[in-house]
Amino acid sequence: MKRLRLGCVCGLLVSLWSRPGAAQDTTRTLEQGVRVGITYTPGLRPGLLVMSTPGSVLLDSVRTILQRDLDYSDRFEMISLPGAESLMVAMTAPARSPSGGAAAVEGFVNYGLFEALGADYAVGIRAAADTPAVVTVFDVRGRQVRRVIALRAQSVEGPESRLAIHRASDEVVRAAAGTPGIAATRLVIIQQDRVFRIDADGADAVPVSRAGVKAMSPTWAPDGRRVAYMEFEAGAGRVYVQDIASGERRLVPPTAQGLNYALAFSPDGQTLAFTRNGDDGAHLFTYNLARDCCLQRLTADRFSDNLSPTFSPDGRRIAFASTRPGTPQIYVMSADGTGQELFAPFDYGVTGSSYAPEWSPDGLNIAFHRDVAGIPQVFVMDVASRRVRQLTSAGRNEDPTWAPDGRHLAFVSTRTGSRQVWIIDLDTGRVRQLTRLGDARLPAWSPRIAEGTNP
Amino acid sequence: MRRIFPYALGALVFAIASACGGGPQVAPQPNADSIAAAEAARRRADSLAAAQRMRDSLERVRAAEEERVRRMREDSVAMARRATEEVRATLMTRIHFDFDKSDIRPGDAQVLDQKLAILQANPNLRIEIVGHCDERGSDEYNLALGNRRALAAKQYLVSRGIAADRITTRSMGEEQPLAMGSTEEAWAQNRRDEFAIVSGGDVLRRPGM
Repeated sequence: MKRLRLGCVCGLLVSLWSRPGAAQDTTRTLEQGVRVGITYTPGLRPGLLVMSTPGSVLLDSVRTILQRDLDYSDRFEMISLPGAESLMVAMTAPARSPSGGAAAVEGFVNYGLFEALGADYAVGIRAAADTPAVVTVFDVRGRQVRRVIALRAQSVEGPESRLAIHRASDEVVRAAAGTPGIAATRLVIIQQDRVFRIDADGADAVPVSRAGVKAMSPTWAPDGRRVAYMEFEAGAGRVYVQDIASGERRLVPPTAQGLNYALAFSPDGQTLAFTRNGDDGAHLFTYNLARDCCLQRLTADRFSDNLSPTFSPDGRRIAFASTRPGTPQIYVMSADGTGQELFAPFDYGVTGSSYAPEWSPDGLNIAFHRDVAGIPQVFVMDVASRRVRQLTSAGRNEDPTWAPDGRHLAFVSTRTGSRQVWIIDLDTGRVRQLTRLGDARLPAWSPRIAEGTNP
Repeated sequence: MRRIFPYALGALVFAIASACGGGPQVAPQPNADSIAAAEAARRRADSLAAAQRMRDSLERVRAAEEERVRRMREDSVAMARRATEEVRATLMTRIHFDFDKSDIRPGDAQVLDQKLAILQANPNLRIEIVGHCDERGSDEYNLALGNRRALAAKQYLVSRGIAADRITTRSMGEEQPLAMGSTEEAWAQNRRDEFAIVSGGDVLRRPGM
């Protein structure tokens, strides 16, 4: 009897463990007052089907990227059909239609079939005369065209072509879900000690900083045109601000000496906050980049380290990590350094060291990582209630960074062995791997990238 | 007794006469002149050899003296070099830290005391202390922790009388591990302060000399 029960428990555990995606990171209970994991009821997302594009290699590559973007938005139940069956839901080429244009396309859409397949939305891609492709979003239940989106890239082969498709994907998300997706974004990461930028779907890793120079702490300016990062140089850690399009970079003058790291732009892009090591520990400073002046020290306590600043989206507050309570914990203050106080609650001797806070773009949450039994895990704190929940539990998980939609986080995880960047969707708990090469760390997610700024 | 003597003398004369009688048995009579010449040559050679010996011995003495001086010089250079190397090795000895700590361990206080004595004995010596961390903890936090570790050693030395401007500190966080791997052994090795000579370290004196 006892053995039987044990067998049942094991079977239950195995079945829990083998549930794809979400289950892995949603199973542990720890200290009091901390909610663990993500509660998600599947089946509430609208179904979305991307029609196939037979006969066109170009459109098929557009479709591949678009479909992946929509999948990664985590807002839809993606309806995919294998091989030959997918031809049934192909959009008829408009060339065959008698009158042409969107209206004609609409005429060929088999809404009944899509509805039977569970689709709330269908997406078609077709060639057009003046643009590389036109993406149409069909409202299946409403039996009508919801949006027609023209791909704006001059050529699908060009340097911004993938971004152009990503932007179309984000528009599809906006048309179907009400808010834009995050496909037209990039991350900067440190890979093999060098800053790389990489598309949010994991493609196109391009080096940003110099080869052979150890770099850390990459971060995006809110305009999405510039990145700041630190390079180890001449015994110092110097901060550079680099324009992505031109590649030109400028030393932030007060960082020529000493070790300067853990950087953050203010939301108006004018001020850079950073951490600097001194003879009295690590402290927070701000420097006005726009006026190229006015180095200001924000923290002063002699016996603690203060690091990893992050601005609230209104620019009025800065959250940071401080070792004031003995172990590093999350603090907050006004952007001028006044009113410093503990932010994320902690129990002395119980709560693990907490690091690397990042304020969400909507201002509602702070993501950070905290040691749980000596292993770092990603946490999110609700700013209003200051309630904290743990998002990860598989492997070491650290340095979370928010996507501009405020529901996805990229973070570093060792869950499959080497350090790689992973992305978690806070609404569904779904996790995907972003990087697969070498050793990746310290990710920073860009805002949505405007056209012509990030070739 | 007197009577016997004449006979004995006669017998002796006979014996000499008979001994000199046979032609081939006659020994060549030495020429007085050649004896003198040989004697002179021998004396000359002797004096030359003596002079040579004198010179040789002087040369040996000189060489020995030179060698002695050279050795002494070498010895003192070698001694100084040995001293410098020994002092340098003592200076370079790393100290280690507990996880996420920057307190000087009791055993490492002795290691720092040795460095303190060296800094006192070599007033021109300037050093750099670089703090390092293991791979645990946040990458950026470790840059702060490495700084704390370097500062802890500096503070130890400065509080015992070393001028603060003789010691610079730097942090490499977890960026330069000594030992690879994710074991407690590797971590323990990597949580360290390293010491380097900035200037004034070409010749180092042992403390107390």
